[in-house]
Amino acid sequence: MNQTVLAQFLLHVGDSQLILSHRLAEWCGHAPELELDIALANIGLDLLGQARTALSLAGEIEGLGRDEDKLAYFRTEREYRNLLLCEQPNGDFAQTMVRQWLMDLYHLELFTALSQSQQADVAAFAVKSLKEVKYHLRFSTTWMERLSLGTAEAHEKTQQGLNQLWRFTAELFEQNADEQQLVAQGILPDFAPLKAAWAAQVQTELQRFGLSLPDTGAYRSGAKQGLHTEYLGFILAELQYMQRSYPNMAW
Amino acid sequence: MNLIRHCLDECWDALAQVSDPEIPVLSVLDLGMIRGVELNAQDEIVVRLTPTYSGCPATDLLKDEITAAFQSKGLTPVQVVVDLSEAWTTDWMSESGKQKLQQYGIAPPQGQSHQCGTHVALSDGIRCPHCHSQQTKLLSEFSSTACKALYKCQDCLEPFDYFKCI
Repeated sequence: MNQTVLAQFLLHVGDSQLILSHRLAEWCGHAPELELDIALANIGLDLLGQARTALSLAGEIEGLGRDEDKLAYFRTEREYRNLLLCEQPNGDFAQTMVRQWLMDLYHLELFTALSQSQQADVAAFAVKSLKEVKYHLRFSTTWMERLSLGTAEAHEKTQQGLNQLWRFTAELFEQNADEQQLVAQGILPDFAPLKAAWAAQVQTELQRFGLSLPDTGAYRSGAKQGLHTEYLGFILAELQYMQRSYPNMAW
Repeated sequence: MNLIRHCLDECWDALAQVSDPEIPVLSVLDLGMIRGVELNAQDEIVVRLTPTYSGCPATDLLKDEITAAFQSKGLTPVQVVVDLSEAWTTDWMSESGKQKLQQYGIAPPQGQSHQCGTHVALSDGIRCPHCHSQQTKLLSEFSSTACKALYKCQDCLEPFDYFKCI
């Protein structure tokens, strides 16, 4: 029971990293500058590496003989557990930066807390990821500053990106009843204080950026039930094409 | 006992010959990627390797190269295991490694990893590996590989890579 819950949680974390990494890789060859192209690909690569660790660990704990590739390439949309925020289209560069900044702050809280996990492999994964996330956050924060405090057009586009994405942030620290048992054992942290810390940080920063939260509020969720927006199917169609067409092919 | 000692010495010699594919002047030992070499209960040689960055594509290649290097010296059976704990830090890079980086045209990491916090600007005064000027400017936090940032020297005007301190 506990093993299944922990495996599902790691899939939630790893799938989010994998899908966000895929979205960032879509910028390759299209970013506004060569340096940004390289930066987005580099962040995507870090996230892909973290996803590999999370999925491998999920597979081991689950104990059904599924490795990282089996999990990434042979699960359907309904079996994916990633946050809806990660699968949202890139939009313009400002929208991509808003998504990245929200996710970086989320990862910062999540991995800081998971670093204390009583499960040694989970803690090691968190410590490793945290180092990389701090660097990503430095990048996304700088760009949030430049865009929101720059020209009127850049500011407007950043605000639009936030308006577009905010509704998907409701589920960032959702914790289900099964996971509560792992909280009691010190394997997972209690997410409520993490969410409060994240929200406070976002509020303070948005004030500094002169950006405001949209009236619609945050309300969409579905990650942990595998209920996705229309976009995930298209991502998986591309991501899984080779393995679906030629199962178990290798380079 | 002496035999085991001798065997382990040979292992470390073999590891010194395995270099990073992107930065060939550095061995896996210079990078501080080897966390231990041991004989397990089955008399197999176990090499514990820690990746620099989670997504570094060189990790899989290095596993293969270490295995090949050991096999060519008859150091078998060998297995290379990836060890994530503790997380790799540039503090583990050897002093000679840092000098080799400098000579190769990459500025070595400056400072200790605990000083590199979330909002700290990338350290000022990164020394240009070509003309040694400290009048340099950050161009991009990300460069040709995950482990480097891109700088430009204001004096000799050459761009150069800086090995990030993490």
